[in-house]
Amino acid sequence: MARFLARRLVNYIALCLVATFLAFSLAALTFDPVGRLMERNPPPPQSVIDAKRAELRLDEPIPARFVGWLGGVVQGDFGKTTVNTSVSEELPRRIGVSLRLFLIGTVVGIAIGVVVGVAGAIRQYKFSDYLTTVGSFVILSTPVFLLGLLLKYLALEINTSAGAQLIVFTGETTPGFRGGFGAALVDRIQHLILPTLTIALGQIAYYSRYQRSAMLDVLGSDFLRTAQAKGLTRRKALFKHGLRTALVPMATLFAFGFGLLITGGTFTERIFGWFGMGDWLVYGIQQDDINITATVTLFVAVLVLVSGWLSDVFYALLDPRVRLR
Amino acid sequence: VTASDLTRDAGTRAPATASSPIQAAEAETAGITRGRLVLRRFVRNRLALAGLIVLVLLYLLSATSPLFAPWAYDEYDYTAFLQGPSLSHWFGTSQIGEDVFAQSMRGLQKSLTIGLLTAAISIVIASVVGASAGYFGGWVDRGLMWIVDLLLVLPSFLIIAVISPALRGSNWILFVLLLALFAWMITARILRGMTLTLREREFVKAARFMGAPPGKIIRRHILPNMASLMIIDVTITVGATILLETGLSYFGFGVQPPDVSLGTLIRDGSASSLSTPWLFLFSGALLVISVLAVNFIGDGLRDAIDPQSRSGRRRKRKAEDR
Repeated sequence: MARFLARRLVNYIALCLVATFLAFSLAALTFDPVGRLMERNPPPPQSVIDAKRAELRLDEPIPARFVGWLGGVVQGDFGKTTVNTSVSEELPRRIGVSLRLFLIGTVVGIAIGVVVGVAGAIRQYKFSDYLTTVGSFVILSTPVFLLGLLLKYLALEINTSAGAQLIVFTGETTPGFRGGFGAALVDRIQHLILPTLTIALGQIAYYSRYQRSAMLDVLGSDFLRTAQAKGLTRRKALFKHGLRTALVPMATLFAFGFGLLITGGTFTERIFGWFGMGDWLVYGIQQDDINITATVTLFVAVLVLVSGWLSDVFYALLDPRVRLR
Repeated sequence: VTASDLTRDAGTRAPATASSPIQAAEAETAGITRGRLVLRRFVRNRLALAGLIVLVLLYLLSATSPLFAPWAYDEYDYTAFLQGPSLSHWFGTSQIGEDVFAQSMRGLQKSLTIGLLTAAISIVIASVVGASAGYFGGWVDRGLMWIVDLLLVLPSFLIIAVISPALRGSNWILFVLLLALFAWMITARILRGMTLTLREREFVKAARFMGAPPGKIIRRHILPNMASLMIIDVTITVGATILLETGLSYFGFGVQPPDVSLGTLIRDGSASSLSTPWLFLFSGALLVISVLAVNFIGDGLRDAIDPQSRSGRRRKRKAEDR
């Protein structure tokens, strides 16, 4: 198994580098970092623009610039933004914000999604099954930014009718918040509810659809009937034999689901004013900033590939046949 | 005895001897072409049919709305700023007196058109790439699949967003091409897999031994045999594209002014305040309804074309439960 996983890892690292190079080149081709400078009124002298061009290495060929940037990245230096702040300094904070959102969203999403899917399969064609099916169809047809807006609107209504700020929907903490640990925790949770819900709802809808059909396939299988014939209770047969088999295809889905999550996370961060990586990407593109864009791309590629690799690991753990390869 | 005699004979004999379930099933479909059969199964699926009707109605409504709507999208009502829905302004008005109904219809039309066009272009790319990779194998296959893998690593949202500065002030058709360029990969992978098995089938081998050139074999023998999957995939792409396009437009990375799409409308409508919900709720509802309709059509088509598929089996189980 170790060789299988090691081979996948090498493959993923190569893809990661090429993908980042692709994004870097595209950004270098389409962005115009000195455009903003030249639009200033009165226009800055040519020498200033030339100095800026030299500083951003705009006149060198793109591969050379990429190698230079990558050399810095290896040493922990992600370059400077167009407004001359360090990318590396801001990076850990942004990653922290994004990962907190992603991880909580994924864990909540997968856990509830699997439960909802299994419940739907076991209670097939009951009212609850129809309700969750229709619900997940509607959520899957709703773009994340609209879902976020609707939740925000709903929270606004709740707050107004409750007459208090129960749910907060801007930022991740109250700026300049002072208080004890308990109060700080409550403050964080108040800020966390809506963004996490926005992320998790999509994940629940996505995973529960697949989990339901995987579970349905397992429910009709012979080995489950055999397990019950041997004297296992239905509950035990379902969870010990059924669920384990039904979880195997989910491991592959996990990698795809994570890609979905990253795109969704961009919208969520933007709508709720969380200064994470997705927010940074939008900012970077709007500011024609190549270094920020390349850094976020590298982050996304690493995340996608780590989740791909993790799903390989899960797959190997759940399905013994993969381990032998 | 000619071939047509044989088939006619089989057709007439089947209903008479329908004693086993298999024969009964044959009798039900005797004398019906595959197309009609698929159509009948599709029409029987109420949700799918409703989806199709809703989608067609929405498109017609958006295209013909200038004929009957009281306000045009470029008219300003200086007597009604930021008013809620009324008899004159069905969806209300914006801060500068634009009619939200006219704007929504225009955005809906653009979003639907972009979705359909993108899906059409992407299926062409996918079938060419998938069929060539599967049919020729070797380095063609490896090269093409490497590109597919590469494009799959990065979310297409990210790539298009990075390219979008080049779109500023350009035609929306360019945006459609860009969307299509990053929408074909998964379909191409599936089609490649199908081509791999089709390539070894007798009729393809026969064509090859008769000297038919590869292009002709792909066009005449391989692609028609994958048509059903391609149709299903087009609908999936339409839904996914509409979601992607509105998302990109929401950030200003997609449809550029003066064009509007549902995404730009929702952004503009929610930018200042949430206390004027008619500015984004109607466009949002139209968006969800259209994507939902497309998804239902896709599900219905899958069941109609491939009776072995998930919900086909589900229905069988339901019958057994009773």
